Amino acid sequence: MTKVALFVTCIVDMLFPDVGEAALDILEGQGISVEFPEAQTCCGQPAFNAGFQADARPVAEHFLDVFGGYDAIVTPSGSCASMVRHYYPELFKGHARQAEAEAVAARTWELTQYLVDVLGVSRLGTSLRKPTRAAIHDACHGYRALGIGRQPRLLLSHVGNLSLVELPGHDQCCGFGGLFAIKMGQISAAMLNDKLANIQATDCDIIITGDASCAMHMNGGLSRSRSTKRVVHVAEVLAGRLT
Amino acid sequence: MKDQRDRFFHSVTIALNDIQLQTALDRGTTRGVNARIAAMGETTDAAALRHQARLARERALNRLPDLLEQLERNVIANGGHVLWARDAAELNAIVLDLCRKHDVRRVTKGKSMVTEESGLNHALEAQGIEINESDLGEYIIQLAGETPSHIVFPMLHKTKEATAQLLHEKLGMPMTDRPEEMTRFVRRVMRQKYLEADMGISGVNFAIAETGTIATVENEGNNRLSTSAPRVYVAVMGIEKVIATWEDYAVLVQLLARSATGQRLSVYNNLISGPRRPDEPDGPEVFYLVIMDNGRSGILGTAYAESLACIRCGACLNACPVYQNIGGHAYGWVYPGPIGSIVSPLLLGPTNAPRLPYASSLCGACQAACPVEINIPDMLLMLRRDLVQAGDPTLGWRVGMRVWRQAMLSPTLYRAGGWLAALVTQMLAGGDGKIESLPPPLNAWTESRDFPPFARESFRERLKRRRRERHESHPA
Repeated sequence: MTKVALFVTCIVDMLFPDVGEAALDILEGQGISVEFPEAQTCCGQPAFNAGFQADARPVAEHFLDVFGGYDAIVTPSGSCASMVRHYYPELFKGHARQAEAEAVAARTWELTQYLVDVLGVSRLGTSLRKPTRAAIHDACHGYRALGIGRQPRLLLSHVGNLSLVELPGHDQCCGFGGLFAIKMGQISAAMLNDKLANIQATDCDIIITGDASCAMHMNGGLSRSRSTKRVVHVAEVLAGRLT
Repeated sequence: MKDQRDRFFHSVTIALNDIQLQTALDRGTTRGVNARIAAMGETTDAAALRHQARLARERALNRLPDLLEQLERNVIANGGHVLWARDAAELNAIVLDLCRKHDVRRVTKGKSMVTEESGLNHALEAQGIEINESDLGEYIIQLAGETPSHIVFPMLHKTKEATAQLLHEKLGMPMTDRPEEMTRFVRRVMRQKYLEADMGISGVNFAIAETGTIATVENEGNNRLSTSAPRVYVAVMGIEKVIATWEDYAVLVQLLARSATGQRLSVYNNLISGPRRPDEPDGPEVFYLVIMDNGRSGILGTAYAESLACIRCGACLNACPVYQNIGGHAYGWVYPGPIGSIVSPLLLGPTNAPRLPYASSLCGACQAACPVEINIPDMLLMLRRDLVQAGDPTLGWRVGMRVWRQAMLSPTLYRAGGWLAALVTQMLAGGDGKIESLPPPLNAWTESRDFPPFARESFRERLKRRRRERHESHPA
């Protein structure tokens, strides 16, 4: 039997536990017995993206230790999945654990990608409590590095009480970029303003995205500008857990 | 290094608050992106075409020394001369020598990023030689005493309104808001310049090694006039501009047009193989090709070599949400945008452009737009790694990373850290559950965005409770 692990990501674990619970509900709803390895922490992306590879590598090794024994590692984040899939082979190039890193990379999946591309699921049978109009923001790393776009749309198209509308600039970065939002705060904020203008111009109740970090960033801007709209994680919608 | 940092942030602040610039950027980059997407969408298989172009560039870079020598032989066989410039200063010295040799007083110049790199205009002017840009955008920039802010649209930072004002003030053009009228006015001024010029200078889009042919691409005809009307023609190129064959040219030239301006082909595709021949009615009497290295050969053979594949189409600039907001000048040197954030640190030295590799959210829009598939995000990451290895980050960042690493390596420390963060952020959060102000450096976030507090109960704690409760309600 396939051994499936949930890598919930550090940000979901510490800031958005609802997203983790939704992801777990969805996977368990597919009859999968999902394990949550207790020793999991972070994939190492913050240090890697800042250029601190010497600090990122031990954290990535810890990830290999924790998740090496699973057939599938599923995560509700396109960004963290792309860190493992795309950059672990690079980070461990010429390193003793290169082959292991490549193997783990190939077994790591973003949630909607795992559901659609691996399990072949398209209909989760969930429904929202009230009729909701939603627009999709394609978070950058999942969209460009992993080619995720079709999968969430397919799954969302079968969620009850949900109608999808187009977001202008749906694939335009919200300006989060991890430490970029701090190191280049002004530019990040300007990019967020562009994103918020597109959100405000869209006739929708919620915006759905695949990364909790991008949702946090956009929500930070929406709440500062006293908007009633909010950004939710795709897992929360797919699990029908929106309040 | 501190100065370089401050200078970048200072330029960014100015750019973000310049309403005229923001209007121009919004118009220019939106137009650029839409035109490219439409033009690439017309092709039967855009991905295959891009890959073909990439292979064409790789073929050239893999055999660069051989191809350059072949190019030299063929240019000479066609009756031209080839001169080699090790760096920017040598390039300027060579052109100055040519001016003296041929008694040149006036020069007309087509678009050339390499001469921007070397500061040729200033070098010639300092010796009393008049040099006039002939590309409309470059000419307007020259009139304004500015530098280009975009590789293809040098005056992208200027609105048409600001341009009309400039032409009115400097040349007495009657005020208008119609670009066609401005163009017609400048055209009359410029025609005279071509006829008066002793030397024409142009950049090079592609140099085709197998026949020694210089290919330039343009839409105004200014390049054609600059390179054929004056008696001396000097083409200036970086060593990376050489390509192997006409087949490669055929792929690259259409991708350049589609990516740069959204055209299937540019209006003028000039192909120059040497000076005027005895049986030809026009063309220059002498032709020189000046090939400049200026640090490029040092990039070849390194992990950054693919940056040399760039065909200077500007698509990554238009597509970049950072460029869209700060424009070209904030990048501080000749090449702006994502590709500039790679090229500038490589050519100037990483510590002379220390902020540029970080001026990206790594969203990947640049790579997706690039007609030759350059992996810009990965090279930005490598440059950041190099900066860290060179000791660039402040002590605060280095210590912070070390603390983070220790916490992430120990699930106990990780949990303790999360618990502490929840305690502090829950205290900082207002009644509405959001944090409106954080201490430095996190204030860079809260200046414009709210931050959420860490959860009172983390996912892992909640999961434990959930499984315990399940277990209690369904005892085994």
